[in-house]
Amino acid sequence: MAEVKYLSEHYHKPEYRGLAGYKANGGYAMLEKALKMQPQQIIDEVKASGLRGRGGAGFPTGMKWGFLPKNGEPRYLLCNADESEPGTFKDRVMMEKAPHQLIEGMIISAYAVGAKKAYIYIRGEYMGPAAILEEAIAEAKKAGYIGKNILGSGVDVELDLYLGAGAYICGEETGLISSLEGFKGQPKLKPPFPAVQGYLKKPTIVNNVETLAAVVNIIRDGGQGYRKYGTEKSAGTKLFSLSGAVQKPGTYEVPLGYKLMDFINNECGGLLPGRKLKGVIPGGSSAPILSAEECMDATLDYENMAAKGSMLGSGAIIVIDDSYCMVDVLSTITHFYHHESCGQCTPCREGTGWVQKIVHGIVHGNGKPGDVDLLLKIADNMKGRTICALSDAAALPVLSFVTKYREEFEYFIKEKKSKVKGTQIYAQLNPSEMGAH
Amino acid sequence: MFQLSEEGKAYVKSELARYESKQSAIIRCLYRAQDENGGWVSPEVIEHLSQLMDIPAAQIDEVSTFYTMFNQKPVGKYHVQVCCTLTCGMLGGRELTDAMMKEAGCKKLGDVSPDGLFTFSKVECLGSCDTAPMLQINRDPYTESLNTEKGLKLVRDLRAKGGK
Repeated sequence: MAEVKYLSEHYHKPEYRGLAGYKANGGYAMLEKALKMQPQQIIDEVKASGLRGRGGAGFPTGMKWGFLPKNGEPRYLLCNADESEPGTFKDRVMMEKAPHQLIEGMIISAYAVGAKKAYIYIRGEYMGPAAILEEAIAEAKKAGYIGKNILGSGVDVELDLYLGAGAYICGEETGLISSLEGFKGQPKLKPPFPAVQGYLKKPTIVNNVETLAAVVNIIRDGGQGYRKYGTEKSAGTKLFSLSGAVQKPGTYEVPLGYKLMDFINNECGGLLPGRKLKGVIPGGSSAPILSAEECMDATLDYENMAAKGSMLGSGAIIVIDDSYCMVDVLSTITHFYHHESCGQCTPCREGTGWVQKIVHGIVHGNGKPGDVDLLLKIADNMKGRTICALSDAAALPVLSFVTKYREEFEYFIKEKKSKVKGTQIYAQLNPSEMGAH
Repeated sequence: MFQLSEEGKAYVKSELARYESKQSAIIRCLYRAQDENGGWVSPEVIEHLSQLMDIPAAQIDEVSTFYTMFNQKPVGKYHVQVCCTLTCGMLGGRELTDAMMKEAGCKKLGDVSPDGLFTFSKVECLGSCDTAPMLQINRDPYTESLNTEKGLKLVRDLRAKGGK
């Protein structure tokens, strides 16, 4: 098992970005095929494929679609392209290399769930990919793949792009919906789930870029055919974004179930010379870190990551070697969550601030005995008490870093300097001091 | 008093009709107005958009202050937003910011350099961690795979370009 090019088969061809190049490589043939199927048949194939949401939560896609009411009420399909989980950049690669693959997957999915209107919600910073998508949407509209009576099938689907403006929380599906409605991107209480009451209070499906693109392959190979890669509970392939202390960071597609260390050593060229592995964050900054020892037998699938107390998340792997101070690395993460908390729920708004203050206090030599236990206590109180999962996402790295690298935190508090020689200390900033916003 | 250009007003009108509800036009119209206002959203911008869009000023202000890409104070011609989260933080984004700011003559994040060309902000993950450290200037495509030396050259090149 090694890198496979299943979704990314044609990504190396620059012409694949345009409609002509996409079509020359089989593009939009699956839309034609899907339009001849019944919507329920498509949903059944997606269910049979075992496809799980590639945005982070890993929820089974077919099951999510099955939550929609069957009464024909107007509904929406939203593509979550707000990719903001630190470490994640695979959706950007997909949109840049193959915008039509996403569009084709979206039109097929919209037809399957009965949505006549679909939106791609893309983060505001992604101006490059947004321009590529705008162009691709225009091409697809002109060619009759978007709009009324698509390819003479009688099916209507409109598709448009919506631009965010800088907010991690808009990657949470109800936050995304609030933002699309023109408000602050604050999440809403569930239930009702979006499939019942979402965008403009209508039934709404929100799926990640990679999830929707995979639907094209499921139509081509069938639900069972899609399972030729992966494991029973983690079917198919996944694009992983690997960054940090490795020779060849980047986006690579591998079958789920692939060995983490093989991925780091083979696909990513291994660690930098003379360095030793200290830990790996396997699924974006929210995923609990794995110690070097835990990495040795880890596999990249939902069940193994869960068994190790972490998660596959968005497939963002961050490799940390022995030249980095874990207190400092955690300080960038706690800063992130404090900055990105939307402020609705007290445990998150206050908790992220307290955690950030304590971690930064330690980094600046102001740590006090007992800070480590205080961090654990605060983080524990942030879990499971809020409208959305951001608070949990902020608590998990704190708990895992402090538990697994406790001696580095204790050392820093006692000696007022990092255990890792050469660690630089940077000014402590409040979110309001970060710049022009 | 801030006024959008005639083209800008026409843009707002078309955006108001683009989405299912007119509130959904706020973000794009704020971008447009920010660009026409030299890079920031002033209280006059909010007031003008409120009248033009027939949406309460408080609602537009709420959106403007919630999303980080709307600047709440004047910025230089080049608003340099350096990613400092996790991978970029580990691989030198913070040193890069400090070095570039010094070269540009900015004492604090958010300040405009004396020549009016630069403002620096530290931003959260921009989704380009394989090319860390990296940054975004205004809303342009990313500038990637940097180090201190390249960052300093970037400031000098922009100064040469922007001074003209």
